Amino acid sequence: MRIGVVTFPGSLDDHDARRAVRIAGGEPVTLWHGDDSLHEVDAVVLPGGFSYGDYLRAGAIARFAPVMSALVPAAKGGLPVLGICNGFQILCESHLLPGAMIQNDHRTFICRDQPLRVENATTAWTSDFMPGEEITIVLKNQDGQYVADESTLDELEGEGRVTFRYIVEEGGRNPNGSYRDIAGITNKRGNVVGLMPHPEHSIEEGYGPSLDGLKFFTSVLKSVVNA
Amino acid sequence: MTFVAKPNIDTVEHASTTADTQQPWAALGLKADEYERIREILGRRPTIAELAMYSVMWSEHCSYKSSKVHLAQFSENTTDEMNEKLLVGIGENAGVVDIGDGWAVTFKVESHNHPSYIEPYQGAATGVGGIVRDIMSMGARPIAVMDSLRFGAIDHADTLRVLPGIVAGVGGYGNCLGLPNIGGEVVFDSCYQGNPLVNALSVGKMRIEDIHLAKASGVGNLVILFGAKTGGDGIGGVSVLASETFDADGPAKRPAVQVGDPFAEKVLIECCLDLYAAHVVDGIQDLGGAGLSCATSELASNGDGGMRVWLDRVPLRDTSLRVEEILMSESQERMMAVVEPAKLEEFMAITQRWDVEATVVGEVTDGKHLEVFWGDEQIIDVPPRSVAHDGPIYNRPMARPAYLDALQGNVPDDLARPADGEGLKAALLSLMASPNLCDKSWITNQYDRYVMGNTALAMPDDSGVVRVDEETGRGVAISTDCNSRYAKLDPYAGAQLALAEAYRNVATAGAVPLAISDCLNFGSPEDPGVMWQFAEAVRGIAQGCRTLGIPVTGGNVSLYNQTGDVAIHPTPLVAVLGVMDDVARRTPSGWKSTVSGESGQAIYLLGTTADEFGGSAWTQVAHDHLGGLPPRVDLERERQLGEILVNASRDGLVVAAHDLSEGGLAVALAEASLRNGVGARISLDEVCERDGVDPFTLLFSESTARAIVAVPATAEARFTDLCKATGFAQARIGVVDGEAGALGVQGHFTLPLDELRTAHTSTLPAIFASR
Repeated sequence: MRIGVVTFPGSLDDHDARRAVRIAGGEPVTLWHGDDSLHEVDAVVLPGGFSYGDYLRAGAIARFAPVMSALVPAAKGGLPVLGICNGFQILCESHLLPGAMIQNDHRTFICRDQPLRVENATTAWTSDFMPGEEITIVLKNQDGQYVADESTLDELEGEGRVTFRYIVEEGGRNPNGSYRDIAGITNKRGNVVGLMPHPEHSIEEGYGPSLDGLKFFTSVLKSVVNA
Repeated sequence: MTFVAKPNIDTVEHASTTADTQQPWAALGLKADEYERIREILGRRPTIAELAMYSVMWSEHCSYKSSKVHLAQFSENTTDEMNEKLLVGIGENAGVVDIGDGWAVTFKVESHNHPSYIEPYQGAATGVGGIVRDIMSMGARPIAVMDSLRFGAIDHADTLRVLPGIVAGVGGYGNCLGLPNIGGEVVFDSCYQGNPLVNALSVGKMRIEDIHLAKASGVGNLVILFGAKTGGDGIGGVSVLASETFDADGPAKRPAVQVGDPFAEKVLIECCLDLYAAHVVDGIQDLGGAGLSCATSELASNGDGGMRVWLDRVPLRDTSLRVEEILMSESQERMMAVVEPAKLEEFMAITQRWDVEATVVGEVTDGKHLEVFWGDEQIIDVPPRSVAHDGPIYNRPMARPAYLDALQGNVPDDLARPADGEGLKAALLSLMASPNLCDKSWITNQYDRYVMGNTALAMPDDSGVVRVDEETGRGVAISTDCNSRYAKLDPYAGAQLALAEAYRNVATAGAVPLAISDCLNFGSPEDPGVMWQFAEAVRGIAQGCRTLGIPVTGGNVSLYNQTGDVAIHPTPLVAVLGVMDDVARRTPSGWKSTVSGESGQAIYLLGTTADEFGGSAWTQVAHDHLGGLPPRVDLERERQLGEILVNASRDGLVVAAHDLSEGGLAVALAEASLRNGVGARISLDEVCERDGVDPFTLLFSESTARAIVAVPATAEARFTDLCKATGFAQARIGVVDGEAGALGVQGHFTLPLDELRTAHTSTLPAIFASR
């Protein structure tokens, strides 16, 4: 099972994503931003980082990378794609997912262990979770506030495409001001998932807050087998 | 590239025939005798480019001219045995230590104090960028950063100005670089008002055979400048910023601060690692302070020949720069490599893959001089050693400050102490809420501590711990420490106390301390009192390291940290690096309610307590008092304690450990309880009787060589045997209590963790988050 991990200039968590694929039992394949081939991988991870420095708008330049010209049609054809943090931003910029990401409402970078609720356990990347399962994985972002217009949000909710929600304490606020506490979403087909928190940092005992991230990668390995 | 002729270039030829030309040596920070010496070395007046080069390289920051005579003690006190693990020592970009299994680790801590005061965000950001390039230039992959920040009083207007920018700068650069920030310090003290300290540390890893050095050798080899273009930022930053004091009526200095581009540096890191892996780099140097002046002269000075450089080939962001400005510019994200001609093509292919601009700007010659040209015109012709290594050395006058007797005589013995349990509880709450001991997560949550996936411990644990080898789990622990209040009372003891605490923190995490780096922040060396403080601190570190058997691998000196006549407290920051076979076995600092299904681990206090409150956190918080003598240093006991902590960790006898430092036992217990929200029940009676101290002293005194550990019932006998084998004092002072939700000290007070947490976590957000 070959899972590609794209390295853009400025990608930071590509090594971690490849490690997560390997620990889950897959074969990680490095994909290069300047190469317009996906090298026949079975799924793709767009990792976290600051592609091209993200000095413009997060993900805005990465969407024009040659690798995206191969990825976008493949994703539309059903290839499982997971966008983590910067990868989520790139998926929104590429219009594979609706909405956009803007700066955290408190205007500072935030890194913490973040509880999430799995709202949709039927996607290619979440099938190993139970619906409603509460997990804790790493959150770290500067531009993590998910925004969309009301009709898009209603559509996402109506179609069950809100995949992860931040668990917010009574009277508290979510970590970045995301509308409706949305941490991650999926496309209509359920093969493309984007989320701000980082499952690839919650894979190994002793190196993160939990092992909850592993199920993202075991899910996709199964979905590829079943496809 | 099109060659642009520069008007009015001062050539070597012209300088030889115009001996009497007046030159602006004073404005460039040179003293009259230093200028005379340059003329002597050259046998003529320097060209303006040479003058610029000497002025930055002979500045305090680059030449260590005031500190060199004292720093020699570090190598003098390094025995052969201590040298065994040292692969590269003082003098290179960073020291390199052998951590076993063929792995080498390089680490260094460096200051970026003055730029951060002027332009907090960029100053702090480029401080991180600079130290990371030092680590890269050793051939290593950077694997983590830490930062030690010191500010004025927490509620001072200037702290509100600089802190958010400095924190955002450290985070903005390090986060974008993809390096986990695993620890450091945040300290507030009014002595830093007007002189905040930004000390940045980076650590990197490599295989031993991949170590690279900064030297230009091999006649005909090419000198390549790669990375960002050269611009007008940071010109003269070294001499103008780092070597002058901030006076109220001083000139505006904003243009002298560099501007960072972390994305460019991230790409540069990956590019350099590909270049190293392809074995196409013969020598390498980063461009930091003093820019091209430093890189060319150091490479040439360390090599075996000369070097010729054509300055008109340097890619510029701003073509209006004068030649001396190009030489002095501190534009960030640049490196210089020495490459064999046969490997040029491969070198260029790799840099192109990363879209990194690379330009051959010169070559290694068989001469003895560094020669720099603009087109056909020679503007520099100097012996490189005279620029880079044989700068002026000052043995500045020193004098024990006159105020010290009164300060040391102002002992804290008569300060009012809490009389009952309620008083002890109130004292603990106020300490836990105080600026220096309060929860720092409002700051540390702005740093990515997880990137790379190798972080085993990060703040607020005692040390930052990262995995180096993903197969075996071998890794390193690092802690940076300094209590400048101690150092103010006694700089020799204060420096040793910084060393002792960092050493203890590393051992507390379960790592064997191997080596240190230091960052010596002091006031003006022209003040004999400051110079005495500096000499005492260096002596303290050098002798302390000898006692502990761990070498100094390098570091940094930052002088002139003062405003007007008022210097900061002496701040000799010490970073200790330790190694662990498998960092998955590191010891965290917080209690756990259950471990392997077992609850109620025993809490042991290691070490003994005396009435030692000089410079303590309690005297500061309760009485705003600084006087007396700091706690007694006993490095032999620190070493014994370290051995116990490391062995206990290796043998799985402890599930948590926390060092005792500022705020003493009470604060350590509170921190260990808050870490995971698991309380404890403590009894002080036995130890009070054994050590002959009252509960207040046992709770708040800052005696050294102490730690608390949590030991599972099944391991208690083996653990106490381990302590008894070396005769080290240990006492069972209580149990972990996951049910109570409180820290209880029998017969004195019970403090609910919610109340403790509220006090501990409210301080920083109340001041900074509402802005």
